[in-house]
Amino acid sequence: MLELQHVSFSAPSEAGGKTEILKDINLKIDERFVAITGPNGSGKSTLAKIIAGIMTPTSGKVILDGEDITALSITERARRGISFAFQQPVRFKGLTVKDLISLAAGEKLSVAAACQYLSEVGLCAKEYINREINASLSGGELKRIEIAEILARGTKLSIFDEPEAGIDLWSFGNLIKVFEKMYERTKGSILIISHQERILDIADKVIMIADGVVAAEGAKADVLPMLLGSMSGCRFTEVNDHART
Amino acid sequence: MPELDSIKQNLLSAVADIHEVPAGAYSLRVDGKMHGSRSSENIEIVAKKDKPGIDIYIKPGTKKESLHIPVLLAQSGLKELVYNDFHIGADCDVTIVAGCGIHNGGGADSEHSGIHAFYVGENAKVRYIEKHYGEGDGGGKNVMNPTTVVELSENAEMEMETAQIKGVDSTDRKTTARLAAGATLTVHEKLMTHGKQYAKTLFEIDLSGEDCGAHIVSRSVAKDESSQLFVSRVNGNARCSGHTECDAIIMDSASVSAVPEIAANHPEASLIHEAAIGKIAGEQLVKLMTLGLSEKEAEEHIIGGFLK
Repeated sequence: MLELQHVSFSAPSEAGGKTEILKDINLKIDERFVAITGPNGSGKSTLAKIIAGIMTPTSGKVILDGEDITALSITERARRGISFAFQQPVRFKGLTVKDLISLAAGEKLSVAAACQYLSEVGLCAKEYINREINASLSGGELKRIEIAEILARGTKLSIFDEPEAGIDLWSFGNLIKVFEKMYERTKGSILIISHQERILDIADKVIMIADGVVAAEGAKADVLPMLLGSMSGCRFTEVNDHART
Repeated sequence: MPELDSIKQNLLSAVADIHEVPAGAYSLRVDGKMHGSRSSENIEIVAKKDKPGIDIYIKPGTKKESLHIPVLLAQSGLKELVYNDFHIGADCDVTIVAGCGIHNGGGADSEHSGIHAFYVGENAKVRYIEKHYGEGDGGGKNVMNPTTVVELSENAEMEMETAQIKGVDSTDRKTTARLAAGATLTVHEKLMTHGKQYAKTLFEIDLSGEDCGAHIVSRSVAKDESSQLFVSRVNGNARCSGHTECDAIIMDSASVSAVPEIAANHPEASLIHEAAIGKIAGEQLVKLMTLGLSEKEAEEHIIGGFLK
């Protein structure tokens, strides 16, 4: 179980002072599939990065299965069972899809085993297995490979930072299927940062972050009306923001 | 051929991926002398009479044959300059594996300079692999200065893979090439320097025949206080295409300079130079750390992939 206790995060502001991005967040996550949603700039990605150890909170604690992991490095958290899928997957010159999936699995995988993970995210494994993780792959392809890595890790907590960002509509339909399948099979918990209603639909719990605080949490049916209310009636800007990433 | 001791066997496997006498034609030079050589039916190896080195004659039409010409230096302080000329007949398809390994256990500098000239016949295909490696705990430096001269006849193809990954204190590499019509030259250079090493690599390519093309890619990593200089001069003298790329990772307090010089001397010459130098991107380290690697392991994997 993951617990956040009084987590705050502030960053230097342009005016020279400090901007509070997260303010005293308290959360308990023990459901199998939790979605974090909220307007752009509300602090969702910061929260996900604090859980993975990529960012350090200004104050507060991160507890995993009763252990305070706030001071642990990214590596140590990864080894304790936290996986993190980047919103914008990182590219590498020279490292191949197979290399990364093997690193994720923590062992040298046979081609067949690596292909299995690629098939699960709807990629024809033969075409991808030896490709370099470089600019020759499209944003959508990279996202799916990123998800395949998380599947290969198979850890107790998998965090996805806006998996739908940068994916076209056709791929999005498949993406939902991937998460539905993952939900059926995984023994661990899935934590997804998302704006997409279809992802919120399959979540056990939806947490809404707005202005750096937990504005609501609970079943989607309870949280969604508040979410729509907070968005000043113009969801079009949100869609455009997705297209940009 | 006399047996090699374990130091020399290690050097041999580091530069030529072989442990014993290779199959087919070979010439092995150890501590400044010819140690053993064998010609094959199609590949003739002849020692030069006027200076150190060999002439190699490959019969026209020779297919799928390979030639190994490793050089090993284990005697500290030895300095040598060797001339190897390769006369490759028309329509050949051959692989040539060269390489130099130095083990310097003494205080004096060891130096191997090789001048390799390739005269490649029409329609011939050559794959040339060259590895350089140095080791030894003495204070003496390991110096290697390879010069490669390439003359490609019409429609000839040459693919060069060069690697210098470890232990060479100072290197001055020079590759010059002249391409006739329809010829292509591909070079993949891999270079890693550490400590206080220095590496200079210079390419001078004349694209002189119609529709010839060159593709030169250098990937390098400079660690510690080492420094590197990459210079590529490509002259497009006809309708041709030329592409050079220098991609370098710097670490610690190392330095890398890339100097591109491309000259189009013909209106239909198309030349591109790309150069990128920088440290390992922080996000690449973070990404691999989220997979459970330590920062050091992440760095090793990134460099290993980059120089693969």
